[in-house]
Amino acid sequence: MAEEPLVRWDWIGRNWPEILELVADNVVMALVPVVVGLLVALPLGLAGARWRWFYQPAVGVMNVVYSLPSLAVFIVLIPITGLATRTTVMVPLVFYAMAVLIPAVVDGLASVPDHVRQSAVAMGFTPLRRLLAVELPIAVPVVLAGLRVATVSSVSLVSVGALVGRGGLGYLFIDGWQRQFPTPIVVGIVLVVLLAGAADLLLVLAQRWLTPWASARTAARSGRRGAA
Amino acid sequence: MGRLWQGGRAPAGDQGLRMITFDDVTKRYPDGTVAVDGLSLQAPSGEITVFVGPSGCGKTTSLRMINRMIDATGGRILLDGVDVRTIDPPTLRRGIGYVIQQAGLFPHRKIVDNVATVPYLLGWDRRKARARAMELLERVGLDPKLAGRYPFQLSGGQQQRVGVARALAADPPVLLMDEPFSAVDPIVRASLQDELLRLQAELNKTIVFVTHDIDEAIKLGDRVAVLRVGGRLAQLAAPAELLADPADDFVREFLGRDRGIRRLSFIPGDGLRLRTDLTVPASAEAASARGTAEPWLVVVDADGRPLGWVAREDLPDSGTLAGVPAAPYGAFVRGRDSLRSALDAALLSPSGNAVAVDGSGRVEGVVTRQELDAALARAAEGARG
Amino acid sequence: MNWLIEFFGDPASWSGPDGIPVRFAEHLEFAGLSLLLAMLVAVPLGLWIGHTGRGALLVVLSANAARALPTLGLLVLIVLLMGVGTIAPVLIPLVALAVPPILVNTYEGVRGVDPDLRDAAYGMGLRGGQVLGRVLVPVALPLILLGLRTAAIQVVATATVAAYVGLGGLGRYIIDGLATQRYPLAVGGAVLVALLALTVQGLFGLLQRVLVSPGVSGRQKIR
Repeated sequence: MAEEPLVRWDWIGRNWPEILELVADNVVMALVPVVVGLLVALPLGLAGARWRWFYQPAVGVMNVVYSLPSLAVFIVLIPITGLATRTTVMVPLVFYAMAVLIPAVVDGLASVPDHVRQSAVAMGFTPLRRLLAVELPIAVPVVLAGLRVATVSSVSLVSVGALVGRGGLGYLFIDGWQRQFPTPIVVGIVLVVLLAGAADLLLVLAQRWLTPWASARTAARSGRRGAA
Repeated sequence: MGRLWQGGRAPAGDQGLRMITFDDVTKRYPDGTVAVDGLSLQAPSGEITVFVGPSGCGKTTSLRMINRMIDATGGRILLDGVDVRTIDPPTLRRGIGYVIQQAGLFPHRKIVDNVATVPYLLGWDRRKARARAMELLERVGLDPKLAGRYPFQLSGGQQQRVGVARALAADPPVLLMDEPFSAVDPIVRASLQDELLRLQAELNKTIVFVTHDIDEAIKLGDRVAVLRVGGRLAQLAAPAELLADPADDFVREFLGRDRGIRRLSFIPGDGLRLRTDLTVPASAEAASARGTAEPWLVVVDADGRPLGWVAREDLPDSGTLAGVPAAPYGAFVRGRDSLRSALDAALLSPSGNAVAVDGSGRVEGVVTRQELDAALARAAEGARG
Repeated sequence: MNWLIEFFGDPASWSGPDGIPVRFAEHLEFAGLSLLLAMLVAVPLGLWIGHTGRGALLVVLSANAARALPTLGLLVLIVLLMGVGTIAPVLIPLVALAVPPILVNTYEGVRGVDPDLRDAAYGMGLRGGQVLGRVLVPVALPLILLGLRTAAIQVVATATVAAYVGLGGLGRYIIDGLATQRYPLAVGGAVLVALLALTVQGLFGLLQRVLVSPGVSGRQKIR
C-alpha cells in the first residue's frame, strides 16, 4: 500500500470508456430529479407565496424530508422501486430538490418589490399576465440561486447510491475501496466536483442570459447544504 | 411653535453642562474625498445646535466625529476644553447620548432593557437601572406597559421615543441626534419634535441635532449651522437671524420659499396695538350696535370668550346680538403667539382683523388690518437678506 | 412492516456489541464528537469573519466545496490512505463536512445584522467584544443554530455512510444487511437512522425556542 501512488494515470487511460459511461449515468440521475423537483416546486411555491397557511406546513414537511439521510431512504425504497435501479436513487433526490426549491420560489416571489406589483396591477395586468410577465422574471435570480444549490448537491448525492448498487461515479468509490486502490476514488471525487462545477457554471451563465438586469453575485448566496 | 423667544437660554451653572467646540476640523478620506472641511463652531451648553444641509454636506460626519464614531483627520473637537481624541471611545460614548434615524433598538431585548443599556454598561445595579428606565419611558410619553414588549411590537414613532429614552438613560450632558425623526410620518414627527422641546426645557442638555429638513432645523434649533456640499460652514445663526439675513445665495436658496412669512414666526405678537372698542357682549341690543361706525364687531359671551364677527349692516332692528348668526373668526394668544399667528388670525376673519385672546381664551382686543400692515412694514425693515 | 417487527422484535437485536443500544451510542459518539469539533472551529471563525469582514471569500469557497464534494468518496479515500486503526480517519471527513454549513450560516448571520444596530451599539459605548457578544450573536442566533442543525443532520447522515468503511454505529445494520441480504436488518437500521435524524431536527427546534429571544424570533415571523 505504501508504494501505491495516489493516482495511476494508466488506469484512467485503460478505463476511459467505462468512466464516461458512469459520468453520463451520474448526469442523468442528478439532473432528472432537479428538473422534476423544479416542475413540482413551481406550483407549490406559487401556492405558498399566495397562501401563508399552506407555506408553513409545506416547509415543515420539506424540512423533515430533507433531514432524512439519503442512505436510509434508499433502503426503504428498495422493496418498491427495486435494488440497483435509477429510480431508487432518483426519488429521494426529487424530494431533496423540492426541499430547496419550494422556499426558493417563495422567497423569489417575495423579492418582487411591492411597488412593482402594485404598478403592474394599476396598469391593468391580469393576475396571470402579471405572474408570467412581471413576478416570475423578477423572481428568477433567487429561484436560480436555489436551483444551483439543488443541482450541485444532487450531482454529489448520486454517488451515495453506489451503496445500493447504482450511484454513477460513486461506483468508483466502491470499486476503489474493495480493491484498496485509490486511483478510482480520486478520479471519482475529481469528476463529481468538476461535474458539479460545470453545472453550476451553466446555471450562472443561464442567469446572466435570463436576467441581464440582475448581477449574478447578489443571487449567489442563500445556499444551504448538501447532505450525504 | 411653543418656545419661540426663549432665545438663548441662560447657561445654568450646572456642572453637567458641556460645550462642544469644533476647531478647524477636517475629515478627508483615503480616496481624497473631503467630507468636512475646516469646520469651526461652538455648540453652547444647554442649547440645541442644528446641523442642516443637503446630502453630502458632511453634517452626519461632523456629528459622528463628536463621539468618535468617525475620527477627524485634522483639527480638534473639544468637550469643555478636552480634546475628544484623548478619551477612549467607549468611555467617551457612554457619557454622550446618541439617537439615530432607525432608532437602532436591540431586537432581542425588552424595551426596558433597551433603555437601561448604558446604565448596565456603567455597572449600575440592575434594579436601579430598570427603575431609571421606567422613569424615562414615562418621561418621553410612553405607556409603562410597553416596557415588557420587544421593539418589533412597537410603532416607528414609539421606537423613536424609546431611542430618545435610551440616549437619556445615564443622564449624559450631551445628546447627539442624527436625523432621529426622518423616518416617521409628518404628524408623528411634529409630536416628537414638540416632545423634544418640552424635554429640553426640563433637562437643558447640550444637543447637536442633524437634519436635512430646514423647517425642522428652524423649529428646534437655538442655533442653526447651514453646511454646504464639501463640508464647509455656510452660516451659523439663530433661526430668526438666518431667515432675516441669509449669508449668501446658497443659504437663501436652501431656506426655500416663504422665507418672509416664516420669519414672522420669530417676531412676537405682543407689540401689536389693540383696539378694545370693537368688542360687544352677546347680551347687547342689536339696535344699539347698529349705531356704531364700525363695519365689523366681535361678539363675546358672558365670560368674554369670542363667539364670532357680525357685520353692522346685517344686524336686525330688534333683539339682542345673541340671536344674530356670527361669522367665523381667527384668534391668536397675546404674549405667546407670533406675528405670523396674528396675521393668520386676520386672514381667517371676514373682517380682516385678528382677535387677540389671553391665555384662558378671553378676548383682550382686536388687531386691525391697518395695525398689522404697520407691523409687517416694521418687520420688513428688519430684514436685510 | 413485517421486517420491522422481525428486527425490532428480536431480543438479540437489543443486546451484545451489535445490539441497538451499543450501535446507537456509537453513532451518537461519532456524530457528537465531530459536531463539537466542527463547532469549535467554525463558530469562532464565522463570528470573526462576519464581524471583521475579513476572509469572506473563504466562506463562499467552503460553502461551494462542501456541496460539491461527494461524502462517500471523501470518506473512502481518507480511510484508505490513513488506515482504520483509530477514529481520526473517520472524524476528519465528518468534521470537514460539518464545518462549512456552520461557518456559512454564522458568517451570514453576523454579517446580516442591521448596520444601524451595530452603529447604535458602538455609539452607546459598547466595546468590540461587547458588540459581538451582547448584540451580534443574540441577533444572529437563529442562523447560527440553523447552521448547527444543518451540520448535525449532515453528520448523522455521513456517519451512517461511514459504516461502509468499517465504522460502527447504526449504519452497520444497513451495510451488513445489504451485504448479507438480510433485508429486515437493513430496513431496521434505516428506520433507526431516520428517527435519529428527526430527533436531532426536533432537538434543534426546541433549542431555538429556548435560546432565541422572542424579540428576534417574533420579528422574523412577521416578515
